[in-house]
Amino acid sequence: MRVRVLYFASFRDAAGRPEEDRELPPGTRVLDLWEILSREIPAFTRFPTMPPAAVNRLYQPGHVPLEDGDEVAYLPPVAGG
Amino acid sequence: MYLTDRPIDLAAFFGAPRPSDGAVCLFVGVVRNESEGRETVAIEYQAYEAMAESELAHVVASVSQEWPGASVRITHRLGRLSVGEPSVAILVTAPHRDTAFAACRLAIEWLKEYVPIWKREIRPDGSGEWVESTRA
Repeated sequence: MRVRVLYFASFRDAAGRPEEDRELPPGTRVLDLWEILSREIPAFTRFPTMPPAAVNRLYQPGHVPLEDGDEVAYLPPVAGG
Repeated sequence: MYLTDRPIDLAAFFGAPRPSDGAVCLFVGVVRNESEGRETVAIEYQAYEAMAESELAHVVASVSQEWPGASVRITHRLGRLSVGEPSVAILVTAPHRDTAFAACRLAIEWLKEYVPIWKREIRPDGSGEWVESTRA
């Protein structure tokens, strides 16, 4: 299956791209994808646990399985206002 | 639409209260010239726009539920803002001031907690730094 990963703020700087498509095995969970990305992007390991994640623009916990076509974003600490 | 790339027009945002309103509480966040002792000349705001729109709608709905009688409006600026420019405005009208103050406070706190918006403080030398702590 294929999902789209979005990067914002410091995560975008660390990843060096605003978004990308990822081919993943079926059953990959939100947390699993975070761990995959953390291995590739060293700056992500400064977070001891997975940051808040959104699937299709809704906050979701790590155990949620991803599905083909999902839009996934891991969110660095927000700072609106 | 809660997000805007254009300067926030506070007079237009203020609008007209409802006949049943007796209190209007307006909170405006503006760009400050320093952050923990370091000079700031501008702030760049970035958002996960589609999600920020839905989360802001969620904040408005939740605050309205928490404080019945309150009417809540929010606008948040994106892009590069100079010192003194409004970055966010929250307007709450209600029959009485207790509700207006409380609902306005709740709205800005929930916005800061949940809405996917980020800011990068720009220093006088042109370098920038993403704000990633609760002091935001």
